[in-house]
Amino acid sequence: MSDYSEQRLDSRTGFDVASGVVVSSPEEPAGGRSVPLLEAVGIQKRFGALVVLNGVNFAVGSDEAVGIVGPNGAGKTTLLSILAGAQRPSGGRVLLRGDDVTGAGSARRCRLGIARAHQVPKPFGDMTVFENVFVGAAMGSRKRRSEAYDRSLEVLELCDMLDVANRPAESLGLLHRKRLELARALATEPEVLLLDEIGAGLTDEEAAALVVTIRELRRQRVAIVWIEHIVHVLVQVIDRLVAMDAGRVIAEGAPDEVMRDAKVIDAYLGSAGAVA
Amino acid sequence: MTLLQVESLDVRHGLLQAVREVSFELGEGETLALVGANGAGKTTLLRSIAGAHRPAAGHVLLDGKDITRVPAHERVKLGIALVPEGRRLFPGLTVEENLLIAGANGRPGPWNVKSVLEAFPLLEPLRRHRAGSLSGGEQQATAIGRALMTNPRVLLLDEVSLGLAPVAVDGVYRSLEKLIESGATILLVEQDLGRALKVASRIACMLEGRIVLEGTPAELTRERVTEAYFGLKRSVPA
Repeated sequence: MSDYSEQRLDSRTGFDVASGVVVSSPEEPAGGRSVPLLEAVGIQKRFGALVVLNGVNFAVGSDEAVGIVGPNGAGKTTLLSILAGAQRPSGGRVLLRGDDVTGAGSARRCRLGIARAHQVPKPFGDMTVFENVFVGAAMGSRKRRSEAYDRSLEVLELCDMLDVANRPAESLGLLHRKRLELARALATEPEVLLLDEIGAGLTDEEAAALVVTIRELRRQRVAIVWIEHIVHVLVQVIDRLVAMDAGRVIAEGAPDEVMRDAKVIDAYLGSAGAVA
Repeated sequence: MTLLQVESLDVRHGLLQAVREVSFELGEGETLALVGANGAGKTTLLRSIAGAHRPAAGHVLLDGKDITRVPAHERVKLGIALVPEGRRLFPGLTVEENLLIAGANGRPGPWNVKSVLEAFPLLEPLRRHRAGSLSGGEQQATAIGRALMTNPRVLLLDEVSLGLAPVAVDGVYRSLEKLIESGATILLVEQDLGRALKVASRIACMLEGRIVLEGTPAELTRERVTEAYFGLKRSVPA
């Protein structure tokens, strides 16, 4: 029980008692740092007795791309859901430009500039690709019809989907489905884009095309939070990498340093010294 | 001599290609450990060798005979047994009943209820308990015992330590080591590299559906496997 009260304390202070580390931006002095674009502070998430997130602090700055890695069950997708407003945390807060949006649902957050591409794309199957994207443009940022139309075309071009714009979404293959998932999110004109394993199952060429698209988004100053198992694709795009295991952040920093971190390798491959 | 042969296997889950042109051989008495990140294709590969998932292309051969189109229950009779991820016992049946069902559908051989219970002494007092009432480690022992009841020539083990307490994992591995010493041919998926290096005669690392590194524990270091595991030395063609 004392652990629990300690964790409650965590969520107020943003200080991880167990590891003794202030997780967000440790290199910056606490007093002078600017407000991150999107921040999660002391996030707890329980499903019944199961603790999925245990005092997670996470931040992404505007114009920053952050990757999240970790073995299955680390809590990555749950964290993304909490950032997107699809799930409420059991404790802790979510801040957008310093404003508390913990109580805002995903539709509201979408209009505030947070968009998410899901791990399993679920387009409106009997609508065309264009119509799917148009829904995002019209509903996600409350555009007028003609503006939403223009935005949809712009996004389809960026995602290289103009040639399939009039096809029903259900007729698409995996690559196009993933691209459509990205396009729908982009149509809402997000300031921060949350990506959940959009690289899984792609061939090398397809992954390379995805990297080009994400780089273009960065050029357009969209902040990125990207969960991805395909690490060698991820590291081509991100500035900073966060590694999670069992509901906690276990390492954070420059991507190559995090991937060399013994704690991270142990989380995936088992402890080096554990088996005699 | 080569017992199991996998040739240019492609396996899909609908739109997603989980296994890409995988080839390897497994000799009699060998233990090959598959390591790799989530989504690398390990479980799918095992399931397609067992016949639980039909490949899109390529071949699976047992004793040089193509069994790619042989259904799963017939492969059990030929000597391929899978211990699936999550154990998948019949929870309402007793330990003994779970074993007997497998025994009735396998090959004749040295494994029977008596010899399985000798190999897994922890199951002896539990033989009339419902499988659903057992702990994770006990269930895993039952699942391995069930596979042995078919007197397999190749035993496929999928993440036998998943969800088990460390003590239970040690117990399962002690039993496995005995099996390996007795000359069993095993293909196992194991997330813990230390354990894989300890029990296996060869390790294969999968990345995004392909085997990207293969060798004996003596040839491979933790560093080399880590590199292959995350694919960090690879670059995507621009």
